Amino acid sequence: MLYRENGQFKTSYAADQQVFPIAQDRWAVVGIVVFAFVAVPLLVDEYMFRAILIPFLILSLAALGVNILVGYCGQITLGAGAFMAVGAYAAYNFHIRVEGMPLLLSLLLGGFTSALVGIVFGIPSLRVRGLYLAVATLAAQFFTDWVFLRIPWFTDNSLSGNVSVSNLQVMGWQLNNPLNKYLFCLAFLTVFALLAKNMTRSAIGRQWMAIRDMDVAAEVIGIRPLFAKLSAFAVSSFFVGTAGALWAFVHLASWEPAAFSVDRSFQLLFMVIIGGLGSVMGSFFGAAFIVILPIVLNRLLPEIGDLVGVEISTAGISHAELIIFGGLIIFFLIKEPHGLARLWSTGKEKLRLWPFPH
Amino acid sequence: MGFFLETLIGGLMAGMLYSLVALGFVLIFKASGVFNFAQGAMVLFAALAMARFAEWIPGWFGLEGSYLGTAAAFVVAGALMFVVAWLIERLVLRHLVNQEGATLLMATLGIAYVLEGIGSTLFGNDIYKIDVGMPKDPVFLFEEVFPGGLLINKEDFIAALIAAVLVGLLTLFFQKTTTGRALRAVADDHQAAQSIGIPLNRIWVIVWCVAGLVALVAGVIWGSKLGVQFSLSTVALRALPVVILGGLTSVPGAILGGLIIGVGEKLSEVYLGPMVGGGIEIWFAYVLALVVLLFRPQGLFGEKIIDRV
Repeated sequence: MLYRENGQFKTSYAADQQVFPIAQDRWAVVGIVVFAFVAVPLLVDEYMFRAILIPFLILSLAALGVNILVGYCGQITLGAGAFMAVGAYAAYNFHIRVEGMPLLLSLLLGGFTSALVGIVFGIPSLRVRGLYLAVATLAAQFFTDWVFLRIPWFTDNSLSGNVSVSNLQVMGWQLNNPLNKYLFCLAFLTVFALLAKNMTRSAIGRQWMAIRDMDVAAEVIGIRPLFAKLSAFAVSSFFVGTAGALWAFVHLASWEPAAFSVDRSFQLLFMVIIGGLGSVMGSFFGAAFIVILPIVLNRLLPEIGDLVGVEISTAGISHAELIIFGGLIIFFLIKEPHGLARLWSTGKEKLRLWPFPH
Repeated sequence: MGFFLETLIGGLMAGMLYSLVALGFVLIFKASGVFNFAQGAMVLFAALAMARFAEWIPGWFGLEGSYLGTAAAFVVAGALMFVVAWLIERLVLRHLVNQEGATLLMATLGIAYVLEGIGSTLFGNDIYKIDVGMPKDPVFLFEEVFPGGLLINKEDFIAALIAAVLVGLLTLFFQKTTTGRALRAVADDHQAAQSIGIPLNRIWVIVWCVAGLVALVAGVIWGSKLGVQFSLSTVALRALPVVILGGLTSVPGAILGGLIIGVGEKLSEVYLGPMVGGGIEIWFAYVLALVVLLFRPQGLFGEKIIDRV
């Protein structure tokens, strides 16, 4: 009753090709963005910002990047953590080596460097695919781990790649409390999400999807696989690299290469699979799920233990977390292989017909 | 010269351990097309079970200090791996038939997490030692040929022997038994195998069970050499390039790939490492696999898949 497009007539091509053609969607998105910018800062406390919201925003951005590559272009990657590391350390180098470099620019340059590295490690995708490509991207992961651990130039000669930044500011606006950091990340994510949404609806996005669905057919209808695949790698690495720079600068402030280990890569892949491959919305769902789940389990498990009268040790909790996490992944893969985003769109379809389904 | 040979042999021994893990990958990939990321977790799980049962069983039945206790622990751990294989088939794989490769790969990652969690809950997560009574004393060979001779561990020799016997047994199993033939039929063509009456589900249980046993052997050898600890589950990541190098579908490829990577890692670490700052073991195998992929996408011995864009 509330959610239907009856009576919304499009009278121009521009109106027909909007990002959100249904008025309710448009208002909902505007509402969410306003809520995130205005209401959230008034409602939540510092812990929420630091433990949940900031990681969620940054990892959503990274998941968005991974989703472009894996979900839209069909090139499976296990090296996302590597590109986060490249973004973080490149931004760090721009930040400390160039006098008076604006923070915004060094973060974006970090993403840009990551895009270049992404193109290099994307070259194997021109010859191999599927699981073989996954191994090729793992090579990127282990190589960058080593580079930042062993080559002192990249980490300003610090021991074991441990570096830190302080006094962050954007045009005089100090990023010194969680609220400001949150708003900064949110602004980044809003711009990048809009960018991703538009990119996936444009010519280049359709090329990626054609390559994903059947590369031979795509080539036959005149899509250049070289350009499509490498551009997907570049854009994806740009997103992931920027997210890595944000993660390092804004969230961690002091980090070492282990922050971007292969576990991070797996985590990002989980996000897009649980959230939904080939869906911008899904990246957010997946990131939220993966960020919140361990915190909820951490809170919930001791209480359940109390309820049945069993004392659960800290180690026991971390093991139980592993089991539940793995179990949930399997459960989702079996029950909803298209991810949370599919649940969302099924819900929307139902809502369209509600309350008179016939 | 002596030093070079010692490095070479050390590399061969390390490579053999990789081969054993890679073997598990290849077995499962051949029979079910699943790229099993959980192989490392299975090795960890099996090794933990073995280490703990070898500690507990003699205590329960009063078999201290005898080989019987160790043997019983091995049998019980093997039985446990069978249960694990059956559960994996029952609860996971059966529901994921006909899914894409990426989905199955994620599922095995999920299995890996669950196995690691259950393993640590049941068996604890300290560092354990597996002692199956292998002699540990080093021997010197060719003392008359080189000054100082070659320093070799007896244990490594026995481990290599066990690996060789295992590969021989597996080859016999695959080539000569009815079940082995059924496994190969399933590997070639799922539908054709099903249409002539081979039960896919049972085949999968069998193949995961065999992979579990291989994991147990790998875990025991690895554990008695270096101890059992949580980081053992990352051997899967070390063994991945081995599989790529040797070819995903080839058992001899897994063995040879493992040896090549083991030797390559050690030699490059010793001779190239100092030039670039050391620690190149981590990525050397991957870069080698990458180079092989560029020139021979199916690996050294894999079946040629003509599937290029």
